[in-house]
Amino acid sequence: MKINSWGVRGSIPTSGADTKHYGGRTSSTLVSEDGELLVLDAGSGIQEFNSINAATYKRVDILLTHLHMDHIQGLGFFSPFFVPDLEVHIWGPLSSRNSLHSRISRYLSPPLFPVTIRELPCNLILHEIGNSQFEIGHFKIQSAFVIHPGPTVGYRITGNKSVFTYIPDHEPELGRNGIIKDPKWISGYDLAAGADLLYHDGQYTTEEYNKKRGWGHTSMVDTLLYASLAKVKHLLIAHHDPQHTDTQLNEMFIELKKEHDYPFKYEMAVEGMEINLP
Amino acid sequence: MPAYEIEIILNRQLADCLSIPVFITDTKGNLIFYNEPAEILLGKKYSETGEMKVEQWSTIYSQMDKDGNQIPPDELPLVRTIRDCTPNHKTFWIKSLQGNIEKISLTAYPIISRENKFLGAVAIFWKAKEDEN
Repeated sequence: MKINSWGVRGSIPTSGADTKHYGGRTSSTLVSEDGELLVLDAGSGIQEFNSINAATYKRVDILLTHLHMDHIQGLGFFSPFFVPDLEVHIWGPLSSRNSLHSRISRYLSPPLFPVTIRELPCNLILHEIGNSQFEIGHFKIQSAFVIHPGPTVGYRITGNKSVFTYIPDHEPELGRNGIIKDPKWISGYDLAAGADLLYHDGQYTTEEYNKKRGWGHTSMVDTLLYASLAKVKHLLIAHHDPQHTDTQLNEMFIELKKEHDYPFKYEMAVEGMEINLP
Repeated sequence: MPAYEIEIILNRQLADCLSIPVFITDTKGNLIFYNEPAEILLGKKYSETGEMKVEQWSTIYSQMDKDGNQIPPDELPLVRTIRDCTPNHKTFWIKSLQGNIEKISLTAYPIISRENKFLGAVAIFWKAKEDEN
């Protein structure tokens, strides 16, 4: 299974000289194996898909974790939407009030965007999911609601031999005493347990988190704790804060390494990185 | 055992921040969490008991009306909430294992998820005012 990080920045695209290394594009990741592919989230990083010839695929699937702008702002520029009759499936979290169609339409309609959903020439199929299990090609997928403002899910993707877990926006430590160290009481635990690779929110330093509690994101230190409790093999810390420059992220990571020794590999997610799982 | 749904986890995290006694049950009435103020009512500590089966915790105190008559379980707010998935409220008297009698009000509400699934119930205890019925 191959993982390509197309966008690892949180909140807003932040391209510039200071963010060249980690990248400024917002959340989007490609998962591919055996000629089948899944696109996770549709932040501005999804533009990378445009170098793929979509017409060679029978179908394309986008799995949205939630509908905050930094996870859907690339939808309008997703080339498969404009391939006539191509099957494009969008999977996204259900809401108790509005359908996925109406929520996506808020963005894909004037005045925010000139083209509406019904004008797209592809064959668009929407799927509302929650705590669900489903299959796309040979991929077995589990989704579950996780702690983040508004309906938000994480995904556990099982390929031929490996498990990749994707939870880019998550605040598992929300509460008086942080993460409860009992697997039954940890948001998203079943998604992450024993994963070969966990891609997880780690937007803040601990100091920043204490000022932004409840905003839906995690501190790097708590992300490490979360990965440790879930016994993952490899962690990618992602959803970098738009205020953090390359220099700052490098310094934060050096500090993190100095203070926290865990028996699994962990690193910062970088735009353009490719990881091959068995 | 799989992790609880986030609606349950968030209710626990909220209960942990409150100064009023809060009990959280699953759909069968098993007690899956109680906060520190509730520990005083139960005379037990969550860190020591962990989760408790319904038959285990429901006998810790008895419920009475103003005349000292036992209240049938079916009339208790939490039992009704678990049975009907509706909020319920009642004022009554409880007698703990230590023999203390206290007038309390209990409000129970169901936890119904985004997926419209009944996941459990929350019971909040209040020390009732003397003139409250």
